[in-house]
Amino acid sequence: MRYERPQTATQAAQLLANEPGLARILAGGTDVLVQMKAGMVTPDLVVDIKKIAQIGNIQSEEGGYRIGAAVSGAQLGEHAGVCAQWPGVVEAAQLIGSTQVQGRATMVGNLCNGSPAADSVPALVAANAVARITGPNGTRDCPVADIPAGPGRTTLTKGELITSVFLPARPQGAADAYLRFTPRTEMDIAVASAAVSLTLDAQGRCCEARVVLGAVAPRVVLVAEAAAALIGTHLEPPALDAMVAACRAACAPIDDKRGTVAFRTQVAGVLAKRAAVIAQTRAGAKS
Amino acid sequence: MKTIQISTTVNGDALETLCAPDETLLDVLRNRLGLTGVKEGCGTGDCGACSVTLDGRLVCSCLVLGVEADGAHIGTVEGLADHDHLHPLQRHFIDGAALQCGICTPGILVAAKALLDRNPDPSESEIRYWLAGNLCRCTGYDKIIKAVQSAAAEMRSA
Repeated sequence: MRYERPQTATQAAQLLANEPGLARILAGGTDVLVQMKAGMVTPDLVVDIKKIAQIGNIQSEEGGYRIGAAVSGAQLGEHAGVCAQWPGVVEAAQLIGSTQVQGRATMVGNLCNGSPAADSVPALVAANAVARITGPNGTRDCPVADIPAGPGRTTLTKGELITSVFLPARPQGAADAYLRFTPRTEMDIAVASAAVSLTLDAQGRCCEARVVLGAVAPRVVLVAEAAAALIGTHLEPPALDAMVAACRAACAPIDDKRGTVAFRTQVAGVLAKRAAVIAQTRAGAKS
Repeated sequence: MKTIQISTTVNGDALETLCAPDETLLDVLRNRLGLTGVKEGCGTGDCGACSVTLDGRLVCSCLVLGVEADGAHIGTVEGLADHDHLHPLQRHFIDGAALQCGICTPGILVAAKALLDRNPDPSESEIRYWLAGNLCRCTGYDKIIKAVQSAAAEMRSA
């Protein structure tokens, strides 16, 4: 195994593109080192991206925040600005693992690991976050929603790496929330999860919404019908019921030891409803 | 596999060592630097026995490559005591019998110190959440939590 620590994203992309064998990107390492230890992957090349400028930083940009690909969950949770603007994204990222794992684990790693149960991914999709990607042919932006391709797979092509995710600016009266169900209360993998981001107008009516489910399909699910059920309402019981029904209709989960199809479908609706109410309360407190 | 030379600072001492590119920081600390206070439990980041600080951040050294320690500051349990004077956490763990077999103890001490460095007066709930990544199969945790609380109280009054 070769270990490289490039100084720029372009150098990292070239290293990845030119490697004929198996290459892995190392940021926090909380997935890749476990996979190496288990013998699931035996990389020929590991590219440690942490020396790339700004990749470990959170920067203000156009009223939003650019989160570097090497920013840990702990670092995210210590950033007052991101916590105030995107509380649901922060709570999702901080649900991952123990204090020790939080010291290293990154949202971009969570995204690129490709698990359908990744905690930060539904929250990033609800936030309409955009990934910045550097590859052998230059830099491009891509919605986070379009990165997952299925369990363990992404739409990134050979040589490409995500250098940051951008959380956009949002108006007053906007907030988000993330909830998941796990058999244990902490340090477990989501059986089902839901993220809701919404904006309330001056009258407290929902004027924008994004409702996203995790762990109930091969990819994260953005449920447009669920968002439509909330828009124009004050999240009264009939609106929430319609949103829950839309969420359950969008579920296509698997049966496994952690949950059945029926259980995951039921719980996804409950979580979406609770997350919507939390986001509404948070948004109301801001406006 | 080609070995790589790294320069690192462990418990304040500047050190140079060689390591293989796929060698974990845990193995470098134990096998190359002789710091056997760092324990291997699961080797997959679940148990916290290998907890160290990496540039002030609590991490599992089994989930860090040794080469990543190049230019970094590492803190292990060996750095807690001031020569013959045990750290208050170490004293209260002994006085409160907050250990039995002792395998988890170095990691818990490092983790607890990282907590008290940030928050000198944590609630019981904060201590339990912070230490949730440090598994102990002997004690049932109660004595560990109490030892952290009594050490924190002593450190606040010092």
